[in-house]
Amino acid sequence: MSAASVTTQGWRAWLLAPEPKSRAQAKLGQAYLGWLAFRRNPLAMVGLGIILALLAVAALAPWIAPASPIAQDLSLRLLEPDATHWFGTDELGRDIFSRIVWGARITLTIVALVVVIVAPVGLVVGTAAGYFGGWFDAVLMRVTDVFLAFPRLILALAFVAALGPGIENAVIAIALTAWPPYARIARAETLTIRNADFIAAARMTGAGPMRILVGHVMPLCLSSLIVRVTLDMAGIIIIAAGLGFLGLGAQPPSPEWGAMIASGRRFLLDQWWVATIPGLAICTVSLGFNLLGDGLRDVLDPKQQ
Amino acid sequence: MTGAARRLRGMAEPLDAGQPMLAAEDLHVRFADVHAVRGAGFAVADGESYGIVGESGSGKSTVLRAVAGLNPNWTGSIRIAGETMGRHRPRSFHKRVQMVFQDPYGSLHPRHTVDRVLSEPLAIHGMDDAENRIERVLREVGLGPAFRFRFPHQLSGGQRQRVAIARALILEPQVLLLDEPTSSLDVSVQAEILNLLARLRAEHGLTFVLVTHNLAVVAHMCDRLAVMNQGRIVEELSVDQLRANEPAEAYTRQLLKASLGYDREAARALATFD
Repeated sequence: MSAASVTTQGWRAWLLAPEPKSRAQAKLGQAYLGWLAFRRNPLAMVGLGIILALLAVAALAPWIAPASPIAQDLSLRLLEPDATHWFGTDELGRDIFSRIVWGARITLTIVALVVVIVAPVGLVVGTAAGYFGGWFDAVLMRVTDVFLAFPRLILALAFVAALGPGIENAVIAIALTAWPPYARIARAETLTIRNADFIAAARMTGAGPMRILVGHVMPLCLSSLIVRVTLDMAGIIIIAAGLGFLGLGAQPPSPEWGAMIASGRRFLLDQWWVATIPGLAICTVSLGFNLLGDGLRDVLDPKQQ
Repeated sequence: MTGAARRLRGMAEPLDAGQPMLAAEDLHVRFADVHAVRGAGFAVADGESYGIVGESGSGKSTVLRAVAGLNPNWTGSIRIAGETMGRHRPRSFHKRVQMVFQDPYGSLHPRHTVDRVLSEPLAIHGMDDAENRIERVLREVGLGPAFRFRFPHQLSGGQRQRVAIARALILEPQVLLLDEPTSSLDVSVQAEILNLLARLRAEHGLTFVLVTHNLAVVAHMCDRLAVMNQGRIVEELSVDQLRANEPAEAYTRQLLKASLGYDREAARALATFD
């Protein structure tokens, strides 16, 4: 026990050293300070807990789920929640708990793919437009405006209708509609940064525009973007579920939560659990991302430091 | 350091005799609807320390930023060591001319460690031996190696300004443009930074162009100075003339009077120049 406490002491001392010995130590020390600040926010910790639980469930789905998410047994149709079927069964006798667990993978896949596409595109478009200004800015921002002008779900619906239903196309559709706000945020941040003395100082050392954009401007836009992305995750999940609900996202028998609600709505009054349980799952995960995003904003937002 | 000493240390090629290190002629800077600098001209010899003074809005900082290439909206001629400068500055310009900014809280990137701030110029210019150069320049500005991996928010204002000076020095420039380098620091730190700059100038034979509204700073740091008012250089005088309080121009007399503290008479008289 004493050895363990000594090593934790050593770790903390190393991380919090006022005179770091290397870049890595300095960066890790800052990250640790951020974590300490984040940890003080109980709601953010709840959010983090939910997201970590979601990640664990998705990763361990084959071991957690008691049954196959697609195995049908019509003799077990629409059973109430009990000890063997924790969340009951649906109209085809499938175990809803297993479907929720496997559905976590689909939800996470959609969220991750959308973020991987959206955040870099928004960041590059926004910072470039903000930094270079002039006609470049005008062109990029008008394109952004065109995408912003459509309601998000409607545009996503149009894209899916054109591309055909399915998860991949739902992701593409959501990504196409989700990047403009990020470009806007990144541009607004860049406009406040680009006239700062430290950018002038970087130009004074001979740094080219690429080096300034990537090394100086983007790191400062990143934190507000991360916060915004985390807060938007909830919206992305709901749009994905909405597309699933309308039959344009994941296709049966895939255990996507939105599609599960859609199929359960026919029994909502008599067998409430079929639609309610996936609804609660969407609600919980959205709430988790929102709480996490709020907590991250407190830690990352440079304006609040 | 004289030109001869510089040659001995194998530094950049010496100037022809009598050629100024930095010369600006008929410099105009226009912003959207403001004609901020109206035909300023001055020449600074190699190794000289030249001050530009004036009240807020007189265009003194704008002149400096135009010389530094940070402001593209200028017309006229700027020559550095005989080389005519355009809007876009070559890499060799940045190697020769560096700048220290007014506000050390704004001139250091908030997410970059001191190490990154100092190693980036070396990487841009492909200079070798970064380790030793960084340690040496940190020692030169009076910060030990302990400061190397700190972030700006872990430094005091004076320490930040020392880092900014180190960043300017690490490329071993010949000319340092100083934009009110001490006016956002508190008084005791101001003196430290000024002494540091004076020492560095003596050690490296640097040419200074110092912009300030503080006549005492100019008297301490400079050999000659220009007085600016409303975008024009109204008078050029030596520091001896300044100390002897014998400027030729009425505006300079007003400025000198104003620098002694608030004076109702002076304030009233100053209004006539606006």
